[in-house]
Order: sequence, then structure tokens, then C-alpha cells
Amino acid sequence: MPLLDVSDLRTSFHTRSGVFRAVDGVSFQLERGETLGLVGESGSGKSVTCSSLLRLLPSPPARIEGTHAKFDGLDLLRATDAQMRAVRGKRIGMIFQDPMTSLNPYLRISDQLIEPLLIHEKISRRAALDRALEMMQAVGINDAANRLHAHPHQFSGGMRQRVMIAMALIGRPELLIADEPTTALDVTVQAQILELIKKLQREMGMAVIFISHDLGVVSGLCDRVMVMYAGRIVETADVRTLFKYPLHPYTRALQRSIPALQPKGSELYTLRGLPPDLSKPLAGCPFAERCEFAADKCRVGPPPPLFEAAPGHAHACLRAKDGEI
Amino acid sequence: MPPATPILELRDVRTHFPVERGFIFKQQVGTVKAVDGVNLTLAKGEVLGLVGESGCGKSTLARTIMGLLPATGGSVWLEGKNITESAATGEARRALQMVFQDPFASLNPRINVSETLAEPLRVHRLRPAAEIPARVAELAALVGIPARNLSKYPHEFSGGQRQRIAIARALALEPRVIVADEPVSALDVSIQAQILNLLAKLVRELGLSLVFIAHDLSVVKHLSDRVAVMYLGKIVELGRAEDVIERPQHPYTRALVSAVPRPDPDGERTRQRIVLPGDPPSPLNPPAGCPFHPRCPHAQDKCKTTVPALARFADRDAACIRLGEF
Repeated sequence: MPLLDVSDLRTSFHTRSGVFRAVDGVSFQLERGETLGLVGESGSGKSVTCSSLLRLLPSPPARIEGTHAKFDGLDLLRATDAQMRAVRGKRIGMIFQDPMTSLNPYLRISDQLIEPLLIHEKISRRAALDRALEMMQAVGINDAANRLHAHPHQFSGGMRQRVMIAMALIGRPELLIADEPTTALDVTVQAQILELIKKLQREMGMAVIFISHDLGVVSGLCDRVMVMYAGRIVETADVRTLFKYPLHPYTRALQRSIPALQPKGSELYTLRGLPPDLSKPLAGCPFAERCEFAADKCRVGPPPPLFEAAPGHAHACLRAKDGEI
Repeated sequence: MPPATPILELRDVRTHFPVERGFIFKQQVGTVKAVDGVNLTLAKGEVLGLVGESGCGKSTLARTIMGLLPATGGSVWLEGKNITESAATGEARRALQMVFQDPFASLNPRINVSETLAEPLRVHRLRPAAEIPARVAELAALVGIPARNLSKYPHEFSGGQRQRIAIARALALEPRVIVADEPVSALDVSIQAQILNLLAKLVRELGLSLVFIAHDLSVVKHLSDRVAVMYLGKIVELGRAEDVIERPQHPYTRALVSAVPRPDPDGERTRQRIVLPGDPPSPLNPPAGCPFHPRCPHAQDKCKTTVPALARFADRDAACIRLGEF
């Protein structure tokens, strides 16, 4: 049985200016110890997917629906608030994007680090502090014993992100959700944090969902990648296949638009137009408007479902399915 | 490679900030040397990339070139004239324009696109009032903003389009040099590609010179002729983009290049990555000797005492006393 089994997750925001379908029928499974990358542009629904799983979105305006999202047998979409509290921060850890705003500036690092332990485990404050110190050292904070009782403003961005990671991992979660954990950081610090996540994952055997818009980061860290566009999964494959044999035109466009994969000075491929307005009903494929391969059949009917191209490789392109592109 | 008179020249530019303590009786307790002795030249039509970690002084250097921050030492020369004092006014301002990182913050939300583009023309009295609408339309066309959008306001545009408007505004005064401070960092990859193509086109077609600041090395390499790597307010390596990024010689550049994740699953899993320990040191208390020695994998005792100067090595300038030894 997979650790996480999400089926037809749909999250919409009901606002005065309409209903925005931020996540529109996302299904995937995650095995224990596996690393899943979630890539796409801003607004493609990556973060909302993960926030929905942990039910972190205020409702209203958010409405989370779906067949199920089973985490080790527990349906996260229908669990009681008490059941969710027992999962959040204990069995599922989450690292947020912005280390500057995700820590409470009033509380000492030590108090924020041991809070999940005091809530979830029968543990004395002293023992919890010992665990916090151990975790600070594990994430590579120098002089941890002295810095444990510091306040967040005394830490640099990279250090704060390490504290966030320590906080997410201190309960030894089975699943870690990392939402662009390195986007706000310098490449040198990013390299440190990525190595750290890999090392801790090996040691603790946890599964990771890694959200990023950086194909480079995903290529080094993830076993499998899902590409999201307009709230839907448009392609999913193991990481090597996705980079070598992308099938969906959107995945191809993403790869052709990054300078690292193109000869120096060459014209970069650009996508015309903008992602569709998610508050309006879609006719056909959500990417058709911007797709250079779009045919008439792409603009009618319901959005294409995922077609299997090979075991473990699926895409949502009608023309790729028919072997036309 | 650079011709006799560069279009822009920095001579030993320093920008230091005093650190004060106390509220009424202020006392200077230290100096942050954000930019500390930078020499650079920029040729006509050249793109110079400037890279480094946050806090290395690249944005301070950009602002000092523009005259937005006063240089505390050294001089900035534009087309053979010293503009260190006057960069923020008059003719130099017209020749030197800037594009900022965040197009959501750099455009005035209360005026529409045509006003945004017409304002510099009016302020500098470059065109008679009757010709301004035509010039505005021309500028919009140059950056690919459709004429029907000229009466729209910034909030009606996406990030990429706003950055186009910011670029059009910088072009309004027909500058010879543009300083672009992380112009694509706030944008999604597909939008980033559009802006990079646009900048390359403008350099090619208008003969502009560009100082291009970014932290993404693959982006810098793509666009730049030469690259300067900054660390703690100093340039540590300077040379042709291919030389510096594909065959870096300074240990800091090597670490920076190796830290960039490459979109290549197999290569990414096998290559050895140089992971630098710690954060960049504070410019308030820079280490003695080579500023990079506390994080450098090749540091020796002599690095703690000797301040390295830029020296010619393997077709580029690099500031390391152990060049070629590792």
C-alpha cells in the first residue's frame, strides 16, 4: 500500500469574483522513502495541492473536495480536526517557502523547535530541548548549544531555513512536504540545504514531496516528477524519462526556455500568452491556447485525462497520445 | 578586447556605509565596506554580467554607478567624463538608465503606461509635446507591448509585461548604458526567457551596453560577453563568460558554479559538488587577508595574512594567491 494515495483532488476558492479551480482533479501515489517533484509556473496549483492535503487553507473561501487522499489509510479529506492535528507536524512535516516570515519573531528558536514535541509526545521539556539541540546539529547549525535560545532575527536566511527544516523533521515524520524550500536562498546555501535534505532522507527513510519551479533542483533530488499546469497534472514520469523523453508540449516548452539547456546566446523558446483564467470553464486542453502543436480536437470537449505512454509515464496530450507529435 | 575608451569605467570605486550607535549622540562604531575598490570597464555594445551571493555588494555597486548612492572613494567615468558627482543629474542620467528587479514595485501604480513612458521625455525636454505620443508608441512597440494596452495601469499586467514596461521606460531617453539589477529573478522561467530574448535583441539592435546583475549563473552566461564575480565588495574573478563559468579558476567561482543545480538527472547524481560551509561573512567584520579564506577549501596560512590582488591567469583576472596550485 502506498504511503499517500490521492485520488481526484479538487480545491476551489469561492470568492466574490467567481469560483477559481486552483486544483482540478489531481491524482497520484507516493511510496515510502520516495521523492516526488512537483513543478510548474506560479499559479499552477503546486502549493495549493500540498496545503489542501494538510487542510491548511481557510474555508471559506477554500473548498476541498475529492474522492480521497489516504495517508497510511487515513483519509485526510475527511479526517476530524483532532485526527488532522495528530498528523500535522508529527507524521507529515512541512517546510514553507519563506524562512523570513515562517518563524514567530517573538519566540526563541528553542521554544519553536520543541513545540511539536511537547504537543505530540509525552516528553519532558528537558528531554525535548536535548532533541532540539541534536536536530540543530543535524541540520548543520554551528555552535548550536549557544544559538538554541536565540531569536529568529539573530539568524541569517540560510540559518532560518535550517531551523525550519529542523522543526519539520524533529517529530521524525514519514512524509516531508517541502514547498520551494530553497527559492529564497543563494545557490551556495541552496546546495547545502539540498544535500541536507538528501542526507536526512537517507537516514530517516521518509518520503518527500518537493515543490519547485527550478528544473535543475528537481533533476538532482527527485525520483519521480509531476508537471502541473492550470491546476492539473499534465505529465508525470521518473526523472530521467521526463528530462530525456518529455511528451507533453508544456514540459518540452519548459525545457526549451531555460538557458542552461540551450547554446549560449541562442534565442530562447518562449511561450506566448498566459495561463488560462481558472474561474472560467475550460474548453478542451488548458494548454491549447499557448501550444504550438494545438489542433482542433484540442480545443473541444473536457480537458484531456492522463494517458499512459509507458509504465510510470503518463501525459495529458491528445496529439502525443495519437502519435502525431 | 575592450577598445581604447570604454563607454563606462569604474576606477577603484568604494561605497562604505558608517555604522552608528546611539540616538541623539551618534557615534560611528564601524564601517560596512559594501563596495571596496572595484575597477571595471564596459565597452560599447558589451554585456557585462555581475554575479555573487546576496550581500556581496552587486546591487550597491549598481546604485553607485547610477549615482543613487554616493561613492565614498574612486570615480565613475562615462564616455571619458567623470560623472561620480553628477551621475544623478543632467546628461549622465540620460545616458545611463536602470532596470530594477521587482516590476511590481518599480512602476508607479497610479499612472498608466503611456504616462509612465512619456514622463521622462517631458522631464528631459527631449521631444516637443506633439511628438511624445508617437515616441511612446514606438517605445511600446520596441518592447512588445501592444498599442491598445497603453492606457492600462500596471496592475492590469503580468510580471513579464511589467518588466517590459520598465525596460521601455529605461529606453525612453535613448541611453547608451543600461544597468539591470536582477531583471529576471522575480519571473517564471517561461517569462524569464522572453525578457532575456528582449534584452539580447535590444543590445544587438540599439548597440546598447548592459551591466547585467543576476545570481543565476546559467542566465548570466547566456547573455554576457564578460562576467565579473563579486565577493564581499571586491571582484574576485573577471573574464570572458565562457572562461569564467566553464573553467573557473578562483575557488569561490568554482564553488558557485558547482552549486548551481543542472537540469540533467544523470550528471546531477554523479558529479562532485563543492559545498561551501557557512554563510558569507558579514561585511562589517571582513576576515583579514583573503576575504574568502574562512570558507575556502584550499586556504593556507598565507591566505590569512595576504590580501590577494587581481592578477592575469589563464585568460582572465583572478584574485587568489594560490592560482594554478589546485
